[in-house]
Amino acid sequence: MNTKTMNEQEQSALIELIYQLGDDDFILAYRGSEWLGLAPHIEEDVAFSSISQDMMGHAAMYYHLLEELGEGEADGLAHLRKPEAFRNAILLEKVNGSGTYLKKPDYDWAFTVVRNYFYAVYKQIRLESLRLSSYEPLADAARKIITEQYYHLMHWELWFKQLVTSTEEAKKRMLSAVGKAWKDFGGVLTLGPSYSEMVKGGFIEDENLLKKRWLNRIEKMFVETGVPPQGEPLIESGNGRKGEHTQDLADALTTLSEVYATNPASGW
Amino acid sequence: MEAVLQSMNLKEKVLLALKEVTDPEISSISILDLGMVEDVEATDGSVVIKALPTFVGCPALHIIERDIKKAASEVDGVKEVKVDFVFSPSWTTDRITEEGKIRLKEFGIAPPPANHVMGEPWSIDCPYCGSSYVTMENIFGPTACRSILYCKSCKNPFEAMKPVADMN
Repeated sequence: MNTKTMNEQEQSALIELIYQLGDDDFILAYRGSEWLGLAPHIEEDVAFSSISQDMMGHAAMYYHLLEELGEGEADGLAHLRKPEAFRNAILLEKVNGSGTYLKKPDYDWAFTVVRNYFYAVYKQIRLESLRLSSYEPLADAARKIITEQYYHLMHWELWFKQLVTSTEEAKKRMLSAVGKAWKDFGGVLTLGPSYSEMVKGGFIEDENLLKKRWLNRIEKMFVETGVPPQGEPLIESGNGRKGEHTQDLADALTTLSEVYATNPASGW
Repeated sequence: MEAVLQSMNLKEKVLLALKEVTDPEISSISILDLGMVEDVEATDGSVVIKALPTFVGCPALHIIERDIKKAASEVDGVKEVKVDFVFSPSWTTDRITEEGKIRLKEFGIAPPPANHVMGEPWSIDCPYCGSSYVTMENIFGPTACRSILYCKSCKNPFEAMKPVADMN
């Protein structure tokens, strides 16, 4: 399918979907970049910043697809939109912990590992579905991103497994992070209000199928590492796919766009 | 040389010029040997170069684009140059030429394994002494495309090109 053969409703569903994909990667890449210099050890600092850089690249790729669909320039999409125009899941925008990058950062590594691991599994499943998307430019993007995502998933899976089966203290912190992430992971798993149009257009598979695949994979890991079952993932803090967000996103966007907003016309 | 150049068509001349465009982060290897150039179309002095990004978020892409434009514009007969980064086909490490593998080694980077299948074990030889008695220190390295290793034989740290294979 291309923009000439799709109707208006299909095109707007496609655009909505690509905003979700771009914004999820964009904001989680930003949260990852806040760990620069603060990760538990030097190797992790190198690895995590490399992963965040890859993910920011994935977001940029999606914003370029949106640019081609007439949504405006990619840089502007990243820097000039108001928080309510973002479609990322709320879980991904939440701060890493108390404090800020510059002032007393007391970030939660267990939460970071759990959030990134859960998201990496879902991203993998979502990309596997997008590879077969009826919109060819999106399918091409997914095929490219998946070769990089492979390493990210491997990285977070290793961290998750090792920490949750480590000392009592590590296990306690990891279980509390699992509980926290679970309360909002439903917000990652949903495709939002225009989901049936996305599926009808053949852009992505049914959200229930993707969710089932995610749950299967996560539950397998839970059994293997002794994490108790968590039930149905919830959407407690609101639905980011509908443009609902927390102050955490507004604050992040202010910091992120500070330089760009001082002079949007300058070259990079 | 004059005579050889004269007998070449515009596309061949542009390709020759692209041999001089190197990866800004690995200056010993040309983008041709990296397998980044998918196609060159030359019609009446207007040239369109289709290039494949190695890693999507590679910050060197803008520099590479600029360098491609500069090199191609200097070719006699070229009026305008356009660079399109495309994602189909996907760049994989199998696209690196034999010449490219030698150039990578010169830079202290072990070339990626040939015909790698994602998920399968991956054997890397030290680019300095050739030993396979090496350990992986970090899959992620100083740039998106490299990993960090250590050679237990010659006791040198080194880097390796992270294998990227088509997974589709």
